[in-house]
Amino acid sequence: MNPIIRCEHVDFGYENCDAVIDLNLDVYSGDYLCVVGENGSGKSTLVKGLLGLLKPTAGTITLAEELRRGGIGYLPQQTAAQRDFPATVYEVVLSGALARRGHWPFFTAAEKKLAINNMERLGILERKNDSYKDLSGGQQQRVLIARALCATQHLLILDEPITGLDPAAIEDFYHLVRRLNRVDGITIIMVSHDVRGVLSQAKRVLHMQQRVLFLGSVEDYRKSEAAAAFLGGGDL
Amino acid sequence: MSMLLEMLSYPFLVRALLGGMMVSLCAALLGVSLVLKRYSMIGDGLSHVSFGALSLAVALGWSPLWVSIPIVTLAAFLLLRLTDNSKVKSDAAIAMISAGALAFGVVITSLTTGMTTDVSSYMFGSILAMSRIDVILSVFLSVVVLCLFIFSYHKIFAVTFDESFARASGVRVESYKVLIAILTAITIVLGMRMMGAMLISSLIIFPALTSMRLFGSFRGVVICSGVLAVFCLVIGMVVSYAASTPAGASVVLVDMAVYALAVILSKKPAKHS
Repeated sequence: MNPIIRCEHVDFGYENCDAVIDLNLDVYSGDYLCVVGENGSGKSTLVKGLLGLLKPTAGTITLAEELRRGGIGYLPQQTAAQRDFPATVYEVVLSGALARRGHWPFFTAAEKKLAINNMERLGILERKNDSYKDLSGGQQQRVLIARALCATQHLLILDEPITGLDPAAIEDFYHLVRRLNRVDGITIIMVSHDVRGVLSQAKRVLHMQQRVLFLGSVEDYRKSEAAAAFLGGGDL
Repeated sequence: MSMLLEMLSYPFLVRALLGGMMVSLCAALLGVSLVLKRYSMIGDGLSHVSFGALSLAVALGWSPLWVSIPIVTLAAFLLLRLTDNSKVKSDAAIAMISAGALAFGVVITSLTTGMTTDVSSYMFGSILAMSRIDVILSVFLSVVVLCLFIFSYHKIFAVTFDESFARASGVRVESYKVLIAILTAITIVLGMRMMGAMLISSLIIFPALTSMRLFGSFRGVVICSGVLAVFCLVIGMVVSYAASTPAGASVVLVDMAVYALAVILSKKPAKHS
């Protein structure tokens, strides 16, 4: 099986500092990869690179045909301005379909149907006409996932998705992402601070500190030195 | 109503009404995006820069419009850049540029013509300021802004709601931001002499804030802002005509009253739930 994303000796840098050095990474369809590391370890830079927003300073990133055509579903970190934004759930979800379209300025019936389907899939259809700002943090996150799914069915990239959620909502969120991965077969790449949380969900771990400290299965990561150092030797 | 007809018999009032309606419509539509992106203060900053540019133009004896538009557009670029890569915090940067431009304008004026009623009319607006060319430009501007909001509505929504996602979807976010900044700059220059440098930014902020109180959807907020802006301008002008109050300030007071009304109206349903 060919990887859907292949990074070969990839470097990213800003002006004169290196953010990511010599990254080799293959992501296969159906993978659930969790990217961990301290602040400033290059996680968000990597995400920007995968989305094509940042050109690598060295090396190559190869995306499979279906990603180049259908795009990547992206769940950015939420900003404070968004939390009280006046837009209906439907408006936000529909805006995900923007990546699919050409120059025609209005959404087609098929795109509207897609938005409805994705709202139904995430259990937010009955809140279709409610304002985004009136939703709880967990529901807002569901709306953003539905939006990302309007962009693609192949790959979701989630950047610090659980920031600001309460414990019950985090549990619910992990459950949801796990279902998308295991049942619907959507490839997941999740950047997170919550190492313990994601280890119970993910299939593989990428631990970064500019360079790759660890890349492999969750089981191996639990035994690795990188994990021991990062988690302060706590029991996993 | 008969008063409105009476007003329409004065050509300068017709120009002021028409130009004012166009400018406030543009300001309100652009304002929705600016307010939601937390750029409200840019309008205020630009109006002060516009005052400085106007003083310079008058001192040099050049056409105010053609001097102000490039200078204010440049300032709009600069302010957006400052907000993006902020070594100086953006609110501080805007305050700095506002005060700087205002001081520059005041010094230039006092060195040349002296502090006359002209200066007061730049500051607080004059109903006589709308010339034929201003009206033509403002009609043209509002056609451009309306086209932008009709044909790029979804892109504007995406850029306003979530720049990162819009960028990942292949929307040219920077171009849209620059376009909005340029249109805002032109709106401010056109509206400033009628509304006044101190008051023009209210046209950007009030309609958006009022509509956000009343509507929970982006489409609702955009449409309501546009309608409210035109409505408040007409009422403000009628009040100004009837009570012989300055036009700009009267419009702002009507805007404020409508905002207060919206606050009261939007409080009620909250009590039920």
